[in-house]
Parts: sequence; C-alpha cells; structure tokens
Amino acid sequence: MKDLLSVEDLTVHFDTDEGVVQAVDGAALVVRAGEVVGLVGESGSGKSVTALAILRLLRPPARIASGQIRFDGRDLVAAAEEDMRRVRGAEISMVFQSPRTSLNPVLPVGAQIERLLVLHAGASRREARGRAVAMLREAGIAEPERRAQQYAHQLSGGMCQRVMIAMALATSPRLLIADEPTTGLDVSIAAQILDLLRDLGRRTGAAILLITHDLGVVAGICDRVVVMHAGQTVEWAPVRGLFKTPAHPYTRALIHAVPRVDREAQMEPIPGAVPSLLTPPPGCRFAPRCALVVDECRARRPAPRPVGPEHAAACVAVLT
Amino acid sequence: MLSYVLTRVLLVVPTLFGVTVITFVLTYMLPGNPALVKAGPLATAEHIAEMERRMGLDQPMVVQYWRYLHGVLRGDLGESQTTGRPVLQDLLQRVPATLELTLASLIIALSVGIPLGVVAAVRRDGWLDHLSRLAGVGGVAMPTFWTGLLALYVFFYLLGVAPPPLGRLGTGLSPPPAITGLYTADALLARDWRALGSALHQLMLPALVLGFSVMAPLTRMVRATMLEVLESDYVKAAWAAGLPRRTVVYGDALRNCMIPVITIIGVAFGFLMAGNVVVESVFAWPGIGNYALASMMSKDSGPIQSFVLFVAVVYVLVNLVIDLVYGFVDPRIRLR
Amino acid sequence: MSTLGYASAEAAPARRLPAQILWRRLRRNSLSLAALVALALIALAAAAAPLIMPYDPDAPDADRVLQGPSGRHWLGTDLYGRDQLTRMVYAGRVDLLVALGATAAALSLGAVLGAIAGYRGGWIDQLVMRSIDAVQAFPSFILAMGIAAALGNSVTNVVMAIAITHVPIYGRLIRGEMLRVREMEYAEAARTVGNRRRRIIFYHLLPNCFPPVIVQATLAMGFAILTVAALSFIGLGIRPPTSEWGAMTAEGAGYIVSGEWWIFLFPGLAIMAVVLSFNLVGDTLRDLLDPRMKGV
Repeated sequence: MKDLLSVEDLTVHFDTDEGVVQAVDGAALVVRAGEVVGLVGESGSGKSVTALAILRLLRPPARIASGQIRFDGRDLVAAAEEDMRRVRGAEISMVFQSPRTSLNPVLPVGAQIERLLVLHAGASRREARGRAVAMLREAGIAEPERRAQQYAHQLSGGMCQRVMIAMALATSPRLLIADEPTTGLDVSIAAQILDLLRDLGRRTGAAILLITHDLGVVAGICDRVVVMHAGQTVEWAPVRGLFKTPAHPYTRALIHAVPRVDREAQMEPIPGAVPSLLTPPPGCRFAPRCALVVDECRARRPAPRPVGPEHAAACVAVLT
Repeated sequence: MLSYVLTRVLLVVPTLFGVTVITFVLTYMLPGNPALVKAGPLATAEHIAEMERRMGLDQPMVVQYWRYLHGVLRGDLGESQTTGRPVLQDLLQRVPATLELTLASLIIALSVGIPLGVVAAVRRDGWLDHLSRLAGVGGVAMPTFWTGLLALYVFFYLLGVAPPPLGRLGTGLSPPPAITGLYTADALLARDWRALGSALHQLMLPALVLGFSVMAPLTRMVRATMLEVLESDYVKAAWAAGLPRRTVVYGDALRNCMIPVITIIGVAFGFLMAGNVVVESVFAWPGIGNYALASMMSKDSGPIQSFVLFVAVVYVLVNLVIDLVYGFVDPRIRLR
Repeated sequence: MSTLGYASAEAAPARRLPAQILWRRLRRNSLSLAALVALALIALAAAAAPLIMPYDPDAPDADRVLQGPSGRHWLGTDLYGRDQLTRMVYAGRVDLLVALGATAAALSLGAVLGAIAGYRGGWIDQLVMRSIDAVQAFPSFILAMGIAAALGNSVTNVVMAIAITHVPIYGRLIRGEMLRVREMEYAEAARTVGNRRRRIIFYHLLPNCFPPVIVQATLAMGFAILTVAALSFIGLGIRPPTSEWGAMTAEGAGYIVSGEWWIFLFPGLAIMAVVLSFNLVGDTLRDLLDPRMKGV
C-alpha cells in the first residue's frame, strides 16, 4: 500500500528572544490510506506543531527548518501557497481542540460548511445546502435543518465538535488531522466523538491522524501509533503491539505511568522533567531521564530500529 | 434579546438619577449666593433672606435636590444672567452648531480611522502600520487645543487656505432657511451654493482638528481589536480549511472585528464631546460648549453646570443606542 | 532509577546569555527607554528650576517684548518680555505636580473604595459601584470642567477635579483584584482563623495589583496633564500669574494672527512631549509586566 502521507526528518524551529527553540527534531511518521494513526505525547512534545507543519500553517517565528513532507507523492514543504490552499480543507482537513471557538461566531454553522463545499467541491449554493444538512445528519446531529441555521453559541460543546467533523469531512478529504478533538469534552461525549470519527472515516475512506496525549483515546480507535517525546518521534507500532510490547523506554514509562483500576500497582511517574527545547541535549532527548542510557544515545539521535512487524523504536537499547 | 433590551433601558434610569445627583452637588457647591444675585445689588438683608426662602435655599439638601430634579424634568435648567433667557432654550438654540461640528468630525474620524486601523492590523509591521501607530501615539499625546492652534497657524496664517475663525459662515452671508439647523445640509437643500461653500469652508478646519484628535485613539483601538480577531481560533480554523485570504481577513475577521468596533464608536463619542468644548473655544464656533465657557467668563456660573448635565444626558442616551445596536448586530445576544 | 538532570558538560549553548536577552528586549523598546530618560531629565529640570534658569519667570522686560527665539532667549519672549523658556520650565513644575498629585489622590481613594467594595460585598459594594457608574456616565473632561467650575481656580481644586474623574479606574481595578483574591481565599477560610484571613488577603492582594496599577497610573499621568492643560486653556484651571503650559498656550492664541508663533507653539510641544513619554513608558510597562493584559 502506498503511503498517503509521509513525514521524514522534519525539524521545526521557533526564533525567539531567548534563542532558537527546537520544537521538532527529525520527526518521522507515515499514514496510509484509510487507517487511523495516533500521534501521542505529553503537552509540549511537538505533536500540534508537526500537524501544523504538514498543512504549512506555521507562521513566524515558527519555521520548517528542514525535512520532507509528502502527501500522495507531492512535496508539501516546497509547494506554492496557492497549491497548499487547494490542499487545505479539500484533501487534508483539520479539526481543532476547542470546537466552539473554532467556529465563526457570527455565521450560522450550516453556512460555514456550505461555503467550503462551494469553494472546494464546486457545488452550487443549493447543492451545498443540501449536502451540508446531510453531513450534519451523518455526524449525528438531530434536526440538522434547524441546527444548520443556528450559531455556534446555541450548540453544546459536543455538538460543535460534530459540526467541525462534519465540516472537515464534507469535502471528502483523503486525510483528516484531528488535534486533541476530545480534550475538554465530557468523557461520555468524548467517546461518542471518537466513535463518530472512526465510523465517518471508514465510510468516507479518509485516513485520520489523531493527535492526543491520552493513551486511552489511542487504544480506543487507532490502528497504529506514533509516540513523540520532546520533539522527537521515538516509537512506531500497531496499537496492540505498542501496549503489549512497548520497546522504547519512554513508551514503557508512559504506559506504566497510567494508573490502573484493575490491579494493585504503584503510580510510577516518569523521573526528571522534559528537557528544555531551547538547549536540548544533542542526542536522544529522553537520555537524561532514561534508565538504560549509554553514551551513544547522548551523542546522536538514534535511528529507528525494528522491533517487530511494523514496529520500530528509535533506541539503541531496543527491547523485544 | 428582549431581556437585554429591557435591562439596558431600565439601567439608564438609575444612571441618569446618579448624574443628576452629581450635577446637583456641583450646582450646590457653586461659589456665591444665588439669592443675592437674584435680589440685586440694592437688596437689604431682609430682601435677601426672603429671596432665599422663596428659592428654597434654606431647606435641607435633600429637599433642594428634589426641587432641582423636578425642575430638570420640567426642562428648567435655570436662567442665564448674560442672555436673560432660560438656559435650556439657549442650549437648544446652539445645539445645531455643535451637532454639525460633531457629525462632521465623527464622519472624518470613522471613515479614516476604521479602515486605517484594520489595514494596519492586517499588514502588521508594514509601512502603513508604522505610520498609523506613529500618528496614533502622537495624536493621543497632542492636546486638541494646540492642534487647533497649530492648524490655524499653518493653514490660515501661513498658507491662507483656511478662513479666519469667526464662526459658521463667512462675513456678509446669511444662513440658509433652517430645516435641520445644519448650515451645510440646509444650504444644500436650499441650493444656496455660496452659503454651502462658505459653510463647508468654515467647518473644514475645526472638523479636521476634532476629527483627527478622535481618530488617534480610535485607530489604536480598532487595530488592537483586529489583531485580536486575527489571532482567534476560528480564524486559524478558516486558514486550515483553505479559505482564500480575501474571505478570511476581509470576510470573517472583519465582520467579527466590526462588532466590538460599535462599542469603540461609543467611546470615541465621549472623546468627541470632550474635544468639542476646546475646539469651539479655539475656532469661536457658536455651539453649546462655547456658550458655557462664555457664560463662565461673564461670571455667570449657572449655565456651565446645566451644560454638563445636558452633555452627560446625551452621552448616556448615545451609549444606550450603541448598546442596543450592538445587541442587535451580535447574534450571540440577538439570539439568546 | 536514573539520576535527575544531565551532566552539565553536555550543554551546548544555543541559549543566549541573560545579558543578550535583555539587550534584545531593550533594543526593541529603545524608544521607550529614550522616553523614560527624557522624563527623568524633564522632572529633574523642573525640580531644579530656580537653580538652573537664568531668568525670573515673572519679571517683565519692556525692552524685549514679543521677540522670537534668539541666542538670549531660546524660546523667545512674550507680551511682557518674560523669557519663555524659563516660564515653561516653571510651568512644567506645576503641570507635573498637579498630575502627580491627582494621580496619587485618585489611586489612594480608588484603592480604598475598591478594596472595601470588593471585600465587604453586598450593599456597600452596590453603593460604591453605582457611584462609580454615575461618575463614569460623564465624559471625564466634561465632569472635570463641572467640578473645576464649581470649586474655583486654584491648584488644589484642579487636582481634586482631575482626581475625582480618575477614581473609577483604580476603584474597579482594585475591586476586581479583591474579588479574585477573595474567591481564592474562600476555600482557605474554612481552615484559617478570621484575623489571619484578612492579613492573607492584603498580603496577596497588593503584590498582584501592583503591575496593572503601575501601568494605569503611568498612562493616567499623561491624561492628567492633558486635562489640566485643557482646563487652564479654557480658563477653568490654573490662572496667571502661575505659569502653566495650557494657560501659556492660551496666551499665545491671540498672536497667531499676527505671526508670533513661538508663544503658543512651545508650551503645546512641551505638553505633547511629556504626555508622549508617559504613554510610551506606560505601554512598554504593560507589555513587560503583563502580556496577558487586555488593551486599555
């Protein structure tokens, strides 16, 4: 299967007064058509920055310092802004964290979907209206005709997120990037939203890159997972494999840090703190906190080593 | 929406109440004994005492306030000693002049200030942004009276393009038949082109000066609002959805920016009313501000407090209208 | 378990030195730095006026009436032959002192009112807030006019007039802080003794208020000077023989038609320069102290 999206060796820098913040360092990931890939990591690990980089939405002082981003074979890093505009919202859509504030407060929500259809799918106003309502219905919104005339403040948080998902998928994009779509939502609503994402993704054939800090979310709907730490991608695995046999010491620590309800265990926080991205360590950025650290890790960022089928970890001390 | 309208309208009442209390206190504090003045220079002590009793000046403060409030509600704002007429009548007679100046300045300030603020925000750190920030920061620091004098010196004395500051019409011309009270509008309606030209000529400099002084803070506020809007989540989502720049900036962002700008216009109106007094003084513009100052110069201190009350009431009502317009325009308020 | 932190020998210094960071910040705000220096110089000159100014501000000199700027009189002379530069520096004292006095008075009164209103709540809060609303219902200059007209022309009266119109700003600010801190302390109140709670509130309140109050006060100084100048210009503020920038500008107004431009120009320029400096410093303080603060 050809890769739909491939990110290779992506490095993103922020130019600030205090110096250059190396937010992302050599990140790599792959998304294939139709699959759900989870990008997981703590806050500040560079997940959102990576997502914004894919859509070329980074503004100064942020910039893509180096790396390759290929979508359907096309180079997104070097693409002209005109071409990127045609990709955004049409071939790659994005859903953000706070749904209510991501909607324009003075436009009815239906109109916000309609204009995307007119712009990207060349639909007529009448067609667009019909398809927008249909999309709202598919996204699980009751009375979609009435809701389409309403404004964001008249809808609940969960409904707003459904609207955003409907908007993102209305143009039948090949890839949907969802950045923390359930953070801030009630647990039960969050579960519904995740199911909606997976179902609609399957139905429209869109692949999903799901960005989250919540391992539970990952376990719920992802096919494969990529783990990020301090701007570096450290492990790539099918979801089961990740939880059963985590290879990278960070992933292992992360999984063990989750409190268990089903058995007695000590809560094991990860020692130390996330390193400064202003003066990061030159090699693996987990090295300062890693129990298995050796000189080689500190010197150079480890290359990904295979651990199992479709499973790799950027660690010299790969555990099987 | 209904509850919003009701709340706003009802809130006006205690506010106006508070305003009258303050102006009453100020009137009460005025130096001099009004009974003495009214009784005349030849009055004896008994005459003065009698006058005091008749004017209710021997009553406790609360009772006097009640009389004052009653008077105000009846439209009695006292009498001017210089004109001999009721102050309210004097004020109303001069309102059209102030209105004309205020409207002209407002039009200038809004039509230049708002687009300037928007473009400065959109093209942040561009040359227009730097220019507008410079003008804004400088303009806010310039005392309006000084700007007026400077404008007079440059455009009247040095360049000769502005007329001498002698009022609303050039010498020898008579005002057009009064329909609106605004010489420019009336002259236009009466097709009196000479009067129109002269009225505009006289209006030009004071309106530009006052307009500029209001434009400075206005532009800064509009720019700040637009910058905030451009950083908002929905604008970022709009970029991410591939909407063209024209739609995101001059569609979504601008529409959202204009709503708080309505409130900003209310604030600008306050600056306008304050600057009005000074500009009328510099250009001898026969408006209500000039009237209040002239009365004060002649030791007639009543009109100035009535002027303060008048302006405050107008200001409160203008803000009410602006709040209501805001409520109508913003769907978050219009639709519960 | 691994050791905390990493060996310092590894640190590759891509980070800038604190001095370099400060330098970059200063360079971006160099204009404000210049403004601050200018303000300091002006204040110093004003304070030292009697020592450094060669002329007596009130002494007329019939030989040198209405002379333009020259080597002897850098800013020219007025109708009575008085040296304008000297008068302007003396006027600066008056303007700065009035602004300072008004700001200090407004801050004190506003802080007390705001603190009481926020702390006690209930009808006291309502009373204070409604009064503040009533004061703010007036355009502030118009209210200052009314107060100045009622009280009369004198330095103290002008200070009071301006102070009253500025009280609402500080009142609301302090009250807001008080409410916020009260919420925080409410939970602790269950555990603490009554007395201590009051101390805690004041101990927490003051440091938190400091940044926005400093910013507001700096900006308000500029407004205060503009107000006293405008009041004096229209005859409601400081009257001669006391020199004041606005009054001096008014004196110069009549001479525009005859071309003696220096009498009105320089005092107004002085006002603008000082107000501009206060605004620049205030804006920079706002950016530095609290980037989260909304624009005022």
